[in-house]
Amino acid sequence: MSGTAHAAHPDAPHQAVFVGKVKDKLEALFPSYPTKMACLLPALWMVQEERGWISADSIAEVAAVLGLTPAYVRGVATFYTMYHLHPVGRHFIQVCGTSPCHLCGSDEVMKAILQQTACGELGTTSPDGRFTVVEVECLGACGFATPILVDDDFHDSVTPERVPGILARYP
Amino acid sequence: MGFPHPSHPKETVVLSKYFGDADARTYAGWAKRGGYEALKKALGMTPEAIVDEIKASGLRGRGGAGFPTGLKWSFMPKGDNKPHYLVCNADESEPGTFKDRELMRWTPHQLIEGCAIGAYAIGAERCYIYIRGEFTEPWRVMTKAVEEAYSYGALGANVFESGKRIDIVLHRGAGAYICGEETAMMNSIEGRRGNPRIKPPFPAVAGLFGMPTTINNVETLTAVPHILNRGAAWYKGLCLSSPKSTGTKLFSVCGHVMKPGNFEVTMGFPMKDLIHDLAGGMRPGRRLKAVIPGGSSVPIMTAAEAEAALCDYEGIVERGSMLGSAGFIVMDDSTDIVYEIYRLAKFYAHESCAQCTQCREGTAWTTKILERILRGQGKREDLDLLLDLSEQMTGKTICVLSDSCAAPIVSGIKKFPEEFDAYLSRARTPALAAV
Repeated sequence: MSGTAHAAHPDAPHQAVFVGKVKDKLEALFPSYPTKMACLLPALWMVQEERGWISADSIAEVAAVLGLTPAYVRGVATFYTMYHLHPVGRHFIQVCGTSPCHLCGSDEVMKAILQQTACGELGTTSPDGRFTVVEVECLGACGFATPILVDDDFHDSVTPERVPGILARYP
Repeated sequence: MGFPHPSHPKETVVLSKYFGDADARTYAGWAKRGGYEALKKALGMTPEAIVDEIKASGLRGRGGAGFPTGLKWSFMPKGDNKPHYLVCNADESEPGTFKDRELMRWTPHQLIEGCAIGAYAIGAERCYIYIRGEFTEPWRVMTKAVEEAYSYGALGANVFESGKRIDIVLHRGAGAYICGEETAMMNSIEGRRGNPRIKPPFPAVAGLFGMPTTINNVETLTAVPHILNRGAAWYKGLCLSSPKSTGTKLFSVCGHVMKPGNFEVTMGFPMKDLIHDLAGGMRPGRRLKAVIPGGSSVPIMTAAEAEAALCDYEGIVERGSMLGSAGFIVMDDSTDIVYEIYRLAKFYAHESCAQCTQCREGTAWTTKILERILRGQGKREDLDLLLDLSEQMTGKTICVLSDSCAAPIVSGIKKFPEEFDAYLSRARTPALAAV
């Protein structure tokens, strides 16, 4: 799992994801499942790791590689909240706001992150394209409130005071 | 052990013994601590003997439902010549619960060993461990540990020269609470939307890829090696109250306590001690108001109910709630109960797979009504409406997500009527801005 990568412009011509090493990585998974369709979630993850988000062209490519229809792949991709179906900032921040974290002050953490990333509000990308911030439901680290995910890095026990130091690590 | 806190003398530390000990994460480190002895022992036993041992131990599912593990394993068909699958549910996303995360982060080989024994016991050559997408650190730790287990012959075509094949495949989720429901999880592994399936057929008959399948929680499987090593009688003897609840259990305690963390105690342990002693009690000047003990999907308990309860499957039912996944959300007297119930309803509305009408509409409607109350725009009849909707949301859908949303709402209205009244009578300042 790499961090969120270079988001291509939505109109840029599609360059195949499943070539070379990425293709090998996907094909290495085939023996682990009795159907190719079962490799759909892993394949979507690979696209996101390579491209930072999953475009309509990538969906069509995944469908072709796994012998599925684009509509089917889209139906699955839209079910899962972690797949980005539109470009996001260079760094994707998820802040837990479910009850246990809310009780422990996640609102303040969220406020500090929105302010310091210049995102302003949840679900938006900062003007410099550096960050996208979303509120996420329970990250499963309630005893370490407030947990946040920056790309694939899990930070727990985040307080407003710790926010500047964490953000500085993501240029 | 309540990592990052040192072990408390009242804990009975079995599963969490090596939390915080990085050396235990490696194959060599785990083997040095007695790891993989149980798997070697199991491979010399018949699958039936293992199932009998687990049955005799009284081990029950730690994911929430509390179904007897040995009995579940015994449902798997024998001599059917079909591939069997074990699925380990590591999709921990129940608000308040964070025990499986720690089990995987610190003791990945404990889980691998449990999975390997479980797979062998049910006649499966392959186990899928479904890890929620957000658990990036447990994923990395588990990936490394599985690779190591293969290189030491604890997994693969010929496990410890026994001639038995056991493979473990890690499968990453992608953000969906509902995939913790076992049939939704199977769909998700198959490359489908995570919609729960209608039962029957039950997974042991037609589960993953249509084949006989058993789904067990992380904590359940990590208990298995210890039972084989130390015997069913030892495990069964770990019991402070109801003989139907045996062994140790990790209780995740979070919210308004001084020392949130995972505490491992013998079943039947007093909740009062768990909250006020092990978890450090309330912040100075605060007193306990309410506890939601089972993760968020169970009825809320008043302070009096919580302080009188014994922590096991039966003890918590006796005091008006359920053990569930044992994630305790502790709330002190500064808590706005109506707001926290609204926040949970919002969670369920977000996580509903939208397959069943009662759930799709019910979770959204209850959230909106609670929001209206918090805006200071609630009507008296809103409470009856919430109760009526909750009734329609209970026991009428394919899975229990809808019931889970209704549980805190119904119990909240019944046990904390004054909190709702404060908003409805306009005595309390609205928590949300009017629209």
